[in-house]
Amino acid sequence: MLYQSIEYLGNSALYYTRDFGRMGSYLFLSILGIFKRPFRYNELLRQIHLIGANSLVVIFFTGSFTGMVLGLQGYYTLSKFGAEGVLGSAVALSLIRELGPVLTALMITGRAGSAMCAELGIMRNSEQIDALECMAVDPFRYLITPKFLATLIAVPMLTLIFNVVGIYGGYVAGVVLLDGNPGAYFVSMQNSVGNEDINLGIIKSFVFALLIVWICTGRGYFLHKIRNAGFGAEAVSRVTTQAVVMSSITVLVWDYLLTAMLL
Amino acid sequence: MSDAIIKFVDVVKSFGTQRVLDGVSFSIPEGKTTVIAGGSGQGKSVSLKLILGLLQVESGQILVDGKDITRMRRKEINQVRTDFGVLFQGAALLDSLSVFDNVALPLVERTSLGAAEIRERVLSTLDQLGLSGSEDKFPAQLSGGMKKRVGLARALQLQPKIMLFDEPTTGLDPEKSMEIYQLFHRTQQQFGYTSIIVSHDIPKIFNLADQVIILNHGKVNTFASPEDIPRSEDPDIMDFVKKTMGSVYLSREMEYAP
Repeated sequence: MLYQSIEYLGNSALYYTRDFGRMGSYLFLSILGIFKRPFRYNELLRQIHLIGANSLVVIFFTGSFTGMVLGLQGYYTLSKFGAEGVLGSAVALSLIRELGPVLTALMITGRAGSAMCAELGIMRNSEQIDALECMAVDPFRYLITPKFLATLIAVPMLTLIFNVVGIYGGYVAGVVLLDGNPGAYFVSMQNSVGNEDINLGIIKSFVFALLIVWICTGRGYFLHKIRNAGFGAEAVSRVTTQAVVMSSITVLVWDYLLTAMLL
Repeated sequence: MSDAIIKFVDVVKSFGTQRVLDGVSFSIPEGKTTVIAGGSGQGKSVSLKLILGLLQVESGQILVDGKDITRMRRKEINQVRTDFGVLFQGAALLDSLSVFDNVALPLVERTSLGAAEIRERVLSTLDQLGLSGSEDKFPAQLSGGMKKRVGLARALQLQPKIMLFDEPTTGLDPEKSMEIYQLFHRTQQQFGYTSIIVSHDIPKIFNLADQVIILNHGKVNTFASPEDIPRSEDPDIMDFVKKTMGSVYLSREMEYAP
């Protein structure tokens, strides 16, 4: 029993060390693919469309309702102190520094990250990635790098859209529905939001984009190496779920770390 | 016998505690057809993946044209792979690309040919393999036999020196299997490639073989021709012959039973 427990611990340590090493070299090769030629511009545009343009509706709805909730809650709380005038500032800072990057990242993980993971997992299962390697086509340059670049371009842009829509959502709830002061909403926002807040939000969205695309595509790509993943369709579903959960948790952990480092 | 284009020298490969290849050595002669046979899980497909550098050996050497691919870096392996064409068990077509784009892929990625020349070459190959009119279809819209033919068309685009076929007729009915065998024969005559076929389709597949390699419990038996197999006195081979090439009836009485 003791012997088996020690063996299990040892095997687990080896597995996680190998897995981490594999994911590290995966990240390196994916970034290296950006500098390899010929570059697949059309595929990059297609991926930006899939990850970015196709996520606009989701981002629009999430952004507007998040802003509206912030507007309602903010108005209710601030009115207790007679400070409704700073509602615009509260909504904008919450969105730009925190909620915009985090919620956009979580929505993109669910919408595009899961799709990328499942796509690569199915390609791995049906030997399509092996076929590319056998044709001496670099799967990183061909498949992964366009997804990396597209996510790094699309997520910060979606975050900015989320912020703008959210700010107007807060305006609708706090000013239009609750009769707040429209001038005070925008003036307080302009007075309190600085470049450092916008930069923090953008840095966060870049880091989150990298984490999402790294984890989601990496898990799909190494589907055959993941312990206890099972086989066939079951493996794809398990690994996709695992990738989404892992990305979401990692985004939240890094959100805290980045806030602590850059505050 | 022709010179060996591929040589396995004392190759060992295990998965966990299971040793699939245990010091295996054999040679594949150039320009000929070698069939690799054996029961399930005996290392047939593993051998193909080792030749392609998709798996790594534990020890031993695999010489392709005299160069040991087990010691090569990724770039060198990619160079060697340009000599290979592979037809995977499920054809492994990229399912988001049309038939045309699948067949054109090696030319687009590995050559500097212009769009017009690529189109001409692809359509010509599709025509030769009886796939005219299918170029705009997607893999999901094709039958099993058509997928294999598209896979073969893709594999032949860079005029490989060595073709590897992994269970090429699995899942096909006898008529389609025969069609695929005839295609192998015709394309091999045309392109002169060395052919390595991993197959369960015994004894039919032996009609194509110049040499047969039987993998059994991590060991290898090489036969210069399929006719030599039934003459073997090795108990494992005798057992293999009985199970795979013998009558479907266990006795004459059973065959004629009402």
